[in-house]
Amino acid sequence: MTTFTAPRRLWSGLRQVIDRRLFRIRPAEALPLRLPQRRIFVLPTRAGVVFALTLFAMLLASINYTLSLGFALTFLLAGLGIASIFHAFRTLLHLEIKAGAAPPVHCGEPAHFGLIIGHHGKSPREAIHVRTASATARIDLPPDSHTTITLNAPTTARGWQAIGRVVIETVFPLGLIRAWSVLTPDHTLLVYPALESRPPPPPASAGASGQTHTDSGDDEFAGLRAHRPTDSPRQVAWKAVARSGTLVSKHFQGGAGGPQIFDWHQLPPALPDETRLQRLARWVVDAAQNDTRWTLILPGTQLGPDRGTQHRHRCLRALALYGTPEHVTRA
Amino acid sequence: MARPSMSRAPESTLSAYPLRWAAACAGTTLLPHLPRLPIWLGALAALILLWRVLSQTKASSAAPRFLSPLLAIAAGGLILFEYGTLFGKQAGIALLALLLGLKYLECQRPRDVQVLVLLCFFLQLGLFFDTQSPLTGVGALAGAILATGSLLSLHTRHPVRAQLRTASVLMLQALPFMIILFVLFPRIPGPLWGLPADAFSGRTGLSDSMQPGAISELSQSGEIAFRAAFRGEVPPPALRYWRGPVLTDFDGQRWTTRRTTTADQPAYTTTGTAYTYDMTLEAHSRRWLLALDYPAAGIADATYAADFTVLSRTPIGQRMRYAASAYPHSQVGQNEVPASLDGALNLPEASNPRTRALAEQLKSRNQRPEHIVTAAITWLREADLAYTLRPPRLGIDTADAFLFDTRQGFCEHFASAFVVLMRAAGVPARVVTGYQGGEINPFDNSMVIRQSDAHAWAEVWLAGEGWRRVDPTAASAPRRIDGGLAAALPEDSALPFLVRPDLTWLRTLRDRWEFLGNTWNQWVLGFDQKTQRSLLRRLSLHTEDWRQMGVAMSIGIGGLLAALAWWAQRHAAPRDPLQRAWQRFEQKLARAGVPRLPWEGPADYANRAASHCPDHADAIRAIAHRYARLRYSADPTAVDGKALHSQIKRFSI
Repeated sequence: MTTFTAPRRLWSGLRQVIDRRLFRIRPAEALPLRLPQRRIFVLPTRAGVVFALTLFAMLLASINYTLSLGFALTFLLAGLGIASIFHAFRTLLHLEIKAGAAPPVHCGEPAHFGLIIGHHGKSPREAIHVRTASATARIDLPPDSHTTITLNAPTTARGWQAIGRVVIETVFPLGLIRAWSVLTPDHTLLVYPALESRPPPPPASAGASGQTHTDSGDDEFAGLRAHRPTDSPRQVAWKAVARSGTLVSKHFQGGAGGPQIFDWHQLPPALPDETRLQRLARWVVDAAQNDTRWTLILPGTQLGPDRGTQHRHRCLRALALYGTPEHVTRA
Repeated sequence: MARPSMSRAPESTLSAYPLRWAAACAGTTLLPHLPRLPIWLGALAALILLWRVLSQTKASSAAPRFLSPLLAIAAGGLILFEYGTLFGKQAGIALLALLLGLKYLECQRPRDVQVLVLLCFFLQLGLFFDTQSPLTGVGALAGAILATGSLLSLHTRHPVRAQLRTASVLMLQALPFMIILFVLFPRIPGPLWGLPADAFSGRTGLSDSMQPGAISELSQSGEIAFRAAFRGEVPPPALRYWRGPVLTDFDGQRWTTRRTTTADQPAYTTTGTAYTYDMTLEAHSRRWLLALDYPAAGIADATYAADFTVLSRTPIGQRMRYAASAYPHSQVGQNEVPASLDGALNLPEASNPRTRALAEQLKSRNQRPEHIVTAAITWLREADLAYTLRPPRLGIDTADAFLFDTRQGFCEHFASAFVVLMRAAGVPARVVTGYQGGEINPFDNSMVIRQSDAHAWAEVWLAGEGWRRVDPTAASAPRRIDGGLAAALPEDSALPFLVRPDLTWLRTLRDRWEFLGNTWNQWVLGFDQKTQRSLLRRLSLHTEDWRQMGVAMSIGIGGLLAALAWWAQRHAAPRDPLQRAWQRFEQKLARAGVPRLPWEGPADYANRAASHCPDHADAIRAIAHRYARLRYSADPTAVDGKALHSQIKRFSI
């Protein structure tokens, strides 16, 4: 086994050095960024190499048979190849890459990384291919324009997922020369834990289990109170706002059910961590869908009770980052 | 996870659009080949192109993969049957044309189109073996533009005109490279390896043997044999004898050359009027330089044969130029070696009895050889011999048949019979072939000598005088010498089309075209090592020093590359001077240790920078304020933009 892994390790080490020194890839680069001259590389494609060999054969024939027009044609085509280097280079030069939307997804679902690619040049940029390890997109840009592309990536683990190495390349105009630039943009999205497919029902709500709570319940309308920034838009009494001009929220008095409590510690002790997270994520998602109030309790953290999309995201984020350093600092 | 390969094709299937471009490219390339290809092959290629274009081609309409190998084998067999080989020039071109058609038939992926385009380039080159006229050049350029369009169409899809425009921009950018490489790329004289036997087949010209009918066949061709541009005076028609092979050996039917010695100098001393000229000789695959009688020493890279022919050291496989001077009034061959004279007296035993009898008769009436010559000319003039391009066939005794029976002949009959008559009378004589005459092209004043000016005359050797030129054709058709072939032939005889006197306007047109052709020949086709050297010497470059050439070429190419890089930058850079001025300002602050953070607007940035460098706080705020107003205010014209630029320029920390 070692005989196989040793060269591979050597190669990956070499690859890192090449990436750092030649392609000037730093760990992750902040977006937006603009492709400068020194980051664009050009090399002939396979077709370009065959083209060059053809020209060489034509040159030999022209010398051998002293075909003046043969020389002229060969040199014209050579000039064509050289000119196409600059066309390819120009297609990528000063291209601007900005981060687009990268919405969080659950583990197992495809991630969608949005990238906004544009330029301010006065001639069009055509046949640009943007690819990551798992996706490719082709773009054509009119003069001074930008476009948004979405690159999909599979998700395999919860937590932050980076877009990874992005290659922007073109073989425009003749397919003989490939210009490319490699970047690792600092463009990440959050992968929530996967949702457990058949979870046991969540524990009954706090009210039903006899717990008392003094905070505003959610079932019966109790009156109006001043708006707090944490109130969800649902709680705002819009009619009253329209009449008075000041923001007021509806105040509910806890009725039959208090908030649901999703407690890490209440789950069966034998359950592995990831399964716990998946189960809690499922409960959170279901609760948000039913528009109930819930509290999520993780070791060292309590979120809620609250309701709504924001709360849902906060909880799922805490679940996604559970066990990472970020979890500790941000909780 | 598998890494994507480094150079995979961007698209894997082909739409109808690039296929149409490829058809245009292939069609343009094949068209000029059609007259030289077997009819069935041309028809097959045309059929394939038309079929795929008309059937609204999709990649899926490509022929099934098994079809093209079958067709290839069948057509390859037909080519083998047609040419007897698959190699060599003509068969090779036919094979390429066939491959082109079959490749188009199975075109399915972008790579197929790329291969097709490369095949087109080879075929284009193949056309240059046969013709390198300006028209061919234009055709090749059109083919190259369409090839560029085909390759482009694999990546972008625009209306034809936009696509052609992009292709033409590429071409225009390629053109300077072509010119620099054409002029500066060291021209190595070919061939690098042995040429196929048929490389120069089909070239007309003189040969080293002559039999009845040989020269009259040549006379049918209006092709140019060579051009001579005289510096100063032009020799009168009667002196325009351009010497080719000298034929001494005779077997009763064929005249052949005799081996002679060669030297670096002519064996005679030149006297009399001199005519100096620059010769442009078309390739004829033989060694004769066809100098005007009698050439002086000093023709570059030439040897002088004892029979006064000038020979190139190698067969003339390409058009060549050389300077020469002629002294038509020189006395030549006064000290001819006896062996040579013996050869000039040989006659096959018991041939031409009537001619021999005539010789005896002339000899008995005249003592001195020069009188015999004169008497023979007189006899010929009075014998009522007709000058014709279509002489009847002669029997075994060619001289007898011509002089006494058919009495119709072309110059080779006259020369041959006269030499036989002279030898029978004991006067050493031989046949000289070459060209006689030449027309001045009024557009560049060069003399044009065509294959139809091919001629044969005689030389007799007289003690004390040496070799004297006698043109027996002149005896019965004197106008051949002064007025050319058309003047000498009877009016009703079939003449090469353009030699006919009633087509003057056509000839003017032809002169004009040939003048263009000559300029093209001199500067494009004739651009060889020698021309390159003389041109570069004028630019004070020494071609012998390869380093100088290398430096000159590097400078030229480097300059072009820099120009292209500038062009690329210019077209890619944002054309926003305000943005650039602001960027310069940001750079200055960044050097001072305050780079702008990505989310900072001008005002925030200025505030932070100002607190960082309190000495410049006012200047920084003023610049940022002006920039913000120029960029974001409702009426930017109210703000002085120039002031901002000068402020930024002055600003320094």
